[in-house]
Amino acid sequence: MGIDSSKRLMLTGNKAAAWGARLAQVEYVPAFPITPQTEIVETLAKWFADGTLKGKFTNMDSEHSMFMAAGAGAATGVRVFTASSSQGILHGMESIYTIAGWRTPMVVVNVSRALATPITLEPDHNDIMSVRDCGFIQLHAETCQEIFDFILIGYKVAEDPFVCLPVLVNMDGFYLSFTREPVLIPNEQKIKKFLPEFKTSQPVFKASQPMARASAVFGGSTYTYFKIQQDLANRQAEEVFLKTSKEFEKHFGRFYDVVEKFNMEGAEFVFVMSNSFSTKGKDAVLKLRRQGIKAGLLKLRLFRPFPATAIADALCGHDNVAIIDQNLAPGMGGITYPEIVASLYDRKNRPQNILSVIGGLGGKDITEGDFLSIIEKLKSSETKQPFYLFGKKDEENFERLQHLAISNKEAFQS
Amino acid sequence: MTTLETHYKKIKDLHHEEAVAPGTGLCAGCGGLEGLRLGLKELGNDVLICNAAGCFTLLSVYPFTPLKGSWLYTTMGGPVPAAQGVRDALDIQLSRKTLTEDDNLSIVVVAGDGSSNDIGLGATSAALHRKLDFIYFCYDNEAYGNTGFQLSASSPYGSSTQTTPSVKFHPVGAELNKKNLFDIWRAQEPTYIATVSPREPIDLSNKFAKAKNLVGPRMFICMSPCPTGWGFNPKDTQLIAKLAVDTGIFPIKEYFEGKVIHTKQPRRRLPVEKFLETQKRFSHLFEPERKSDVIEQIQKTVDKYWEPYE
Ligand SMILES: Cc1ncc(C[n+]2csc(CCOP(=O)(O)OP(=O)(O)O)c2C)c(N)n1
Ligand code: SF4
Repeated sequence: MGIDSSKRLMLTGNKAAAWGARLAQVEYVPAFPITPQTEIVETLAKWFADGTLKGKFTNMDSEHSMFMAAGAGAATGVRVFTASSSQGILHGMESIYTIAGWRTPMVVVNVSRALATPITLEPDHNDIMSVRDCGFIQLHAETCQEIFDFILIGYKVAEDPFVCLPVLVNMDGFYLSFTREPVLIPNEQKIKKFLPEFKTSQPVFKASQPMARASAVFGGSTYTYFKIQQDLANRQAEEVFLKTSKEFEKHFGRFYDVVEKFNMEGAEFVFVMSNSFSTKGKDAVLKLRRQGIKAGLLKLRLFRPFPATAIADALCGHDNVAIIDQNLAPGMGGITYPEIVASLYDRKNRPQNILSVIGGLGGKDITEGDFLSIIEKLKSSETKQPFYLFGKKDEENFERLQHLAISNKEAFQS
Repeated sequence: MTTLETHYKKIKDLHHEEAVAPGTGLCAGCGGLEGLRLGLKELGNDVLICNAAGCFTLLSVYPFTPLKGSWLYTTMGGPVPAAQGVRDALDIQLSRKTLTEDDNLSIVVVAGDGSSNDIGLGATSAALHRKLDFIYFCYDNEAYGNTGFQLSASSPYGSSTQTTPSVKFHPVGAELNKKNLFDIWRAQEPTYIATVSPREPIDLSNKFAKAKNLVGPRMFICMSPCPTGWGFNPKDTQLIAKLAVDTGIFPIKEYFEGKVIHTKQPRRRLPVEKFLETQKRFSHLFEPERKSDVIEQIQKTVDKYWEPYE
């Protein structure tokens, strides 16, 4: 089958994303640079310039403009791709919500990077979580292969007449965006069989088809109608994702469930994680198992729509669960934690011990020791939540910097 | 001499077909809507309007539209990049021959002065830089109308708005001068810029007829008397639009091929107060006592503008 005719390339996450867009035959890319995403749009710019890709690459003036142009392009009947990150997502937020409401299919890649302030380039998930409620579908990738595959699957889901929504594929900045991994790239003809050229299932702007789109509404009930439609379409995407995933498997031999279970059989301690740090989690699980500790991992993959049933099914029957959020809602804690807890609420055999863990902020590593300390925490009777992965060493490091800051100031004043 | 091609000489010559049907959610006597109505008559029905948040957003309220062409509501700062997206997508399909020339659309941005001068100016400047092929229609009611008439960068010196009221310590009202959007646009050398007034329908229609056949960025600023925000009786819209031109406060001009030409230069300018005294937003300049210094200042600014041309 198609698997044989794949070629294996060593690609960074960013390059894998560009290849995904290329083989999805995208026609329109409005773009704006931001670290660590820039390599994606630079690669696509070259391919449009040298004729590898047909269509148009437009250098935009901001993400607000970029997302608006992307939505408008999709509403006019072409296959659209774009990418962003961090401050770009925040800057584009108004347009992101707007085009989600337009129900225009497209795929957007977000390369996760922590949000200011303080400003940094390194990853965490507050950027992707900030668009949790906008109406986009979200797929979170652990590997470069997943990025590539999710873009192809993403277009099929986005363009499904029962969905008609933009899809966001997320990867971690640096850890994945700049890490080279082997990626199987199926041949173009095989991909075309799975994902044919874009044919819109919606009416699009053209002279023979005048229409008003995104008109104002009044009186609440019309607004509610459109919003419920958006919610239903988004929920519908779970089934469409699974259907598409099975089709993808038939073509290319890889299957993606809405969540991924890793060594969950008989697991007494479960880590819930997402994106590239799951690889660290899996590694820790294997080491713990070798030490006789029954650990397992549940990886979140389809994050919107939220696969509550699949998550609850996977977690029930396990005593201790640690939900590791690489994000922080100040004053509340981890963002996925309450969503997962809510999905378990009506289950009789739900885990008794659920710990909210905050780690990996601003690119901070999650180490083997961290996983051990999470297990210790789960075993202890202490109930203080959330558990920050910020230890003695981190404190000492910061104090060293603080001393430098103070002594600099004193030296300056004297 | 004027470079304006005169398609029309008399009102009777104008298109009889309407592109905007009557019965919209806009105020009676809205000057901007009259400008748009006349402009769209020229542009025809094969247009897509990308609209910015503002009064004109109420043109299309689900499930109604008064337009024969298409409509896309965007955001207050996003109509121009939306126009970019649509234009690009149409061009891609035209070049692939998956869209016929018959199905092509003219892209028209419809935005208020607040969107045009403030929140959307950066994105507009970027589109001018990219030489986007589109028509921009800014209805200039000199404030944020839809939110209840607050100061925009287009609000003139001496006008009172909800956020620059005339009070004891700030008797003038708006203390800043109106931004010169025409010259800001001109600095980027678009294909065409014109100011138009609903009171000069022939001039307006000729300008749209001309712009229609050009490519690249084509920009319009339409003087838009606003009974609701300016405080006058809706039946006086045309009178006030006329006074804006006759006092020289609103110059009717065009920019084309590097030159600016006044297409309707007032023969003998009326004193500015003839315009000011008609509207509640300037009433503090006359009551309880006359603020001659402010009126003089406004007159001086207008005189200075016309000096090189008279
Ligand atoms: C980002 C954003 N900020 C504020 C608003 C609120 N808002 C809606 S319309 C409007 C005024 C627009 O003024 P203008 O562009 O002059 O058009 P007009 O209302 O006068 O028609 C404002 C401030 C908005 N819709 N979006
Ligand atoms: S407030 Fe003014 S500009 Fe807005 S619709 Fe009413 S008259 Fe027209």
